Amino acid sequence: MNTDRKALGRRLAVGFGIGVVLMLGVSQLRSLHAQATDAASAAPAAPKGPDPTGASTGTAADVAVKDAANPTLAEVMETVGHNKISINFVWVLITGFLVMFMQTGFAMVETGFTRAKNAAHTFSMNYMVYPIGMFGYWVCGFALQMGGVAPVAALGGVAPLNHEVGITLFGKTFEIFGARGFFLGGDVYDVGVFALFLFQMVFMDTAVTIPTGSMAERWKWSSFLVYGLFMSMVVYPLFGNWVWGGGWLADLGANFGLGHGHVDFAGSSVVHMVGGVAALAGAIVIGPRLGKFDKNGKPIAIPGHHIPMALVGTLILAFGWFGFNPGSTLAGTDLRIAVVATNTMLAGTGGAITAMLFMMWKFGKPDPSMMCNGLLAGLVAITAPCAFVTAPVSMLIGAIAGVLVCVSVFFIEGTLKIDDPVGAISVHGVNGAWGVISLGLFADGTYGDGWNGVAGTVKGLFYGDGSQLLAQLIGTATCFVFVFVMFYVFFKVVEKTIGNRVSAETETVGLDLPEMGALAYPEFSLTTSRSSAYAGPGGGN
Amino acid sequence: MKKVEAIVRPHLLDAVKTALQDVGIVGMTVSEVKGFGRQKGHTETYRGSEYKVDFLPKVKIEVVLPDEVVEKAIEAVLATAKTGKFGDGKIFITDLSGAVRIRTGERGEEAL
Repeated sequence: MNTDRKALGRRLAVGFGIGVVLMLGVSQLRSLHAQATDAASAAPAAPKGPDPTGASTGTAADVAVKDAANPTLAEVMETVGHNKISINFVWVLITGFLVMFMQTGFAMVETGFTRAKNAAHTFSMNYMVYPIGMFGYWVCGFALQMGGVAPVAALGGVAPLNHEVGITLFGKTFEIFGARGFFLGGDVYDVGVFALFLFQMVFMDTAVTIPTGSMAERWKWSSFLVYGLFMSMVVYPLFGNWVWGGGWLADLGANFGLGHGHVDFAGSSVVHMVGGVAALAGAIVIGPRLGKFDKNGKPIAIPGHHIPMALVGTLILAFGWFGFNPGSTLAGTDLRIAVVATNTMLAGTGGAITAMLFMMWKFGKPDPSMMCNGLLAGLVAITAPCAFVTAPVSMLIGAIAGVLVCVSVFFIEGTLKIDDPVGAISVHGVNGAWGVISLGLFADGTYGDGWNGVAGTVKGLFYGDGSQLLAQLIGTATCFVFVFVMFYVFFKVVEKTIGNRVSAETETVGLDLPEMGALAYPEFSLTTSRSSAYAGPGGGN
Repeated sequence: MKKVEAIVRPHLLDAVKTALQDVGIVGMTVSEVKGFGRQKGHTETYRGSEYKVDFLPKVKIEVVLPDEVVEKAIEAVLATAKTGKFGDGKIFITDLSGAVRIRTGERGEEAL
């Protein structure tokens, strides 16, 4: 039987090989033939032979004009304009796809940092947040956030998004939410609106997935689902509107002369701080995991079960960040994208190195989980200022973020006694705040002319505009107060109704079976004792 | 007939196995186990917090031998599993009242 199979396999392989050789031979003959006919008929009509170098693909013949002999300037301009916006569309869509992939990174980081008995639950939250968040954002989130954002010149205007609702205070209008684009209905059936939706949607989903880290290993599935809708339909869109949708924080400059208003290029505050502050409120209300603090309140480490998974997840996030920050120009024709992308990776580097050195200095070993947090902290911090600062300053912002995240993790756990299994509050909340404030300090005045409707470039305190720092501080404080109050109340209400937390029994055996009905690792018997985390060969030397 | 249980450091399993084969042992059972002895556990740091590892991973090797081979087997384990530091493990020897080879039904030392 076995020998029969082997013989059959060999015959198939040999047959396949012969087939390939034959096909190569035939195609070679064909191309020789084609070249011969081309040479014979060198007629004036443009010869359409193969173009291996690409030098003659894409010519004047590809520009649609009425009379090829006499193209008009208007016709040429038409094509140039269409091409410019097309480049921007391709850029926005591809960077959006990169940001979507960050969901994978979050899932791997958070699952790696938590225990094997909860792996299916932790990963499932990070997975399901994508469709749940998207659904809520499609229903009303996008409309509330971007419904009054028009015009967005880089995407051809997005003219249908033209209704912003505000109130008048001190003789100025405070815009609060948009009101066009619910369900992406017929009134916004527009390519620019759809491109903007896709891009903004993946950003929103990044914010929604942050609290799944701080509340991991104890969060009831039903509570998580309600949270996902509340975040994507209400809280994120409102703050997003105030900064990116033409809302009142963006207009602090135009209305009150505070720099260019609250400037957040790619979302240190809009995405990361919103997620991080929600993570803080959630972690406070839900309480620490069983066994996290001893009788005297001393924190006890609960090591994650898969450090390589978390490291891979971190690199996926760093890769996705090349969509997050450079994509936020919304324009591939804005060549500042090179500065944005480079600043982004420099800051991540700074954060990873200082976090590693800090842990080595304090504890003797680098601690891979803090190396991950350090890189992410640098990336979060540079997200707001990435387009406005120099390369050395980017490295500095990241380096400070790397130390800040370590100190913050110790403070939140050791002093505040809040259990955040993956460091979400420190990475996204604390460094989100640091990011927007760093913009107010270091924006170098080479970019952002006319940002938020204020003439001139964006300058921070050290480059002559202290009022920009003030706008950043107002934005940061608003973000903290608004998001914290909203989510503290929300989680308290959920606690009184459906409950936030699984039973102690479920938490002890692991959430995988009781909550999800599926074990992450059914072939392994998992010990629940902490000691199982340490299983290196020769342990005990 | 005796059973020798050797609890050794996991990374030394291969060396111990080879040494036992060299003295003529033809079969063994190996399991991954956890425990502590005088070495106790030890303390590690993760994200700035300490945690105590109470049970350390070891490998338990079980071999059943005719009486005359027992000393040689013990020496083979001592020669390969000893590092001289805490945590090298233990060897336990017990008398065995019988053995059966399931395939043939042979009993006693014939079954080994």
